Amino acid sequence: MTAALEAHSLGKRYGNKWALADCSLSIPAGRVVGLVGPNGAGKSTLLQLAVGLLRPDVGSIALFGEQPGSSPEQLARVGFVGQDTPTYGGWSIRDHLWFGAQMNPGWDQVLAEGRIAELGLDPRQKARQLSGGQRAQLALTLAVAKRPELLLLDEPVAALDPLARREFLQGLMEVVADQRASVILSSHLVSDLERVCDYLVVLVDSRVRVAGEIDELVASHYRLSGPRRERGGLPGNVEVLDERHTDRQSTLVVRTDGQVLDPSWTVEQLGLEDLVLAYMTHAVGEDRRPRLEVRA
Amino acid sequence: MIRVAVRQFRTEAIVGVTLLVATAIVLVITGAHLHHVYDAFEHQCRAARDCANASNPVQNVDKSLQGVMPIVVLVTPALLGLFFGAPLIARELENGTYRLAWTQSITRKRWIAVKLGLVGLFSMAVAGLLTWMVDWWAHPLLAANGDRFGLALFGIQGVAPIGYAAFALALGVAAGVLLRHTVAAMVVTGVGFGAARLVVTYLVRPNLASPVRKLLPLSAGSGPSIGFTNAGGGNVIFGPPQVSVPNGWVYSTTLVDKAGHAPTAQYVAHACPVIGRAAHQLAASGGRPGAGPSGAQIQACIAKLSTSIHTLVTYQPASRFWPFQLAEMGIFIVAALALCGCSYWWLRRRYA
Repeated sequence: MTAALEAHSLGKRYGNKWALADCSLSIPAGRVVGLVGPNGAGKSTLLQLAVGLLRPDVGSIALFGEQPGSSPEQLARVGFVGQDTPTYGGWSIRDHLWFGAQMNPGWDQVLAEGRIAELGLDPRQKARQLSGGQRAQLALTLAVAKRPELLLLDEPVAALDPLARREFLQGLMEVVADQRASVILSSHLVSDLERVCDYLVVLVDSRVRVAGEIDELVASHYRLSGPRRERGGLPGNVEVLDERHTDRQSTLVVRTDGQVLDPSWTVEQLGLEDLVLAYMTHAVGEDRRPRLEVRA
Repeated sequence: MIRVAVRQFRTEAIVGVTLLVATAIVLVITGAHLHHVYDAFEHQCRAARDCANASNPVQNVDKSLQGVMPIVVLVTPALLGLFFGAPLIARELENGTYRLAWTQSITRKRWIAVKLGLVGLFSMAVAGLLTWMVDWWAHPLLAANGDRFGLALFGIQGVAPIGYAAFALALGVAAGVLLRHTVAAMVVTGVGFGAARLVVTYLVRPNLASPVRKLLPLSAGSGPSIGFTNAGGGNVIFGPPQVSVPNGWVYSTTLVDKAGHAPTAQYVAHACPVIGRAAHQLAASGGRPGAGPSGAQIQACIAKLSTSIHTLVTYQPASRFWPFQLAEMGIFIVAALALCGCSYWWLRRRYA
């Protein structure tokens, strides 16, 4: 089966600064994929490359084996909700649905109108009068009603309050259940993704730290705590992601396909959030100091 | 896609058409009067066989409109570039809506082609119609003053403004794509368009075709200016005449001797000793004007000089007006197409 998204040594540069470098990734179809990573990790760049809004400087990226933006047919297969969910401020909701119908041969007007009605939105309302949450819902409706096989969402809930966030993600789940589209959703908050995703990709400094089914990831990561000691003595199939030592105690975050049977360790399952944090911390500690970045 | 492009351009189009219609109404009402005044006078002077010397009173009708209309035609292409061209793509880039527009089932190439095609053709039509209306309105005035090929009037007639509009629009789009900021793009468009017009007017247009060089008798046109001064110990002044070529574009008028050289003051003083003497007397008397040569003496002098000296007029004849118009339009349209290509290339490079 062709991967929904496949990237090879992908890189994108702005001036001298690489926003994404040497990114290789394969995401299977039929999943709801969470793309998580700190700000500046290249999530947005990766998604814009995937949808053809950016052109790679090096490497290649393909959706279902096709180059993004290469043909109207390819574009029709992919729905996109951009960061800050752009809409035309002076246009009403109805205008936006008309726009979608004009621009997409596979447009599903019934679905679009149904969603707007369900959300309790007045089709005559102008986009600039909508709240952030409502605008995000409108953008999602536009992306969904073209009936894409793959839906890409670039931090769609970053600017929303917790309630609107929950509503948006619920809406997304309903759509996914109805349409069986593949979804790739980026966020820097694991809690957003935990609720909706079944597959996780952790991107740090434009490199894929870990990718896989969330269930499998959770099942194979543990926190070990016990009296202070060095890491030696762990079986060979245990990979240490993070270690912290105090005078008396050692805490390790490990990945293993087997089980840790040493009774001197207290073994805990690792929550998804801690798991992701372990990968991020690990990467930062190894490569460079953390980058502080403020995004508008 | 075409309907979406039309919808996005609706407000601008309505404003454009409204202004055009309003202008048309003013021109039709006042133009009828202009034509009437012109025709009545032509009829009258032809009956009196005195059209050559008479000045048609149409030039004194609607003075304020006569001042305004050329400016309207002059700036319209720039305004089209500023208000239609600069925001066309820049606004989508500025507001982030390009991420919505370019992720529909329409390729980038088609999106750009439709937008540029629609707004470009609309702008060219606006400029063309406006110029055509003003040409009709101003026909009596142009006929009366006979200077339609001149630098001031050439660019506000015929088909050249269609090329200007295409160029200004493409410049606005390109600036918008490059700067991603509507207001900055508008500034660049205004300045760039003005510069391009000046460069073409003063550096390109005069070289489009070699001018006609025609030798006329010395007495042609207003006749040479001849006089004397006490400067430099008394000198003869001998200047070229004013020669008008009806509806032609005169580059220069000079005086030449048989070898093609400009006659020197010494030569004139030698040929016309009466003037040379007058100049010396003037200098000797410390600048106090004396009797000087009589009109008859000067005429005699000119008659004597005219055997060896001619007036050389260098000009583009009226018959080249339309070839020049087409060339001017072509230059700007080619430049516009090149700019459209650049815009597309920049978009593909920065985006995808």
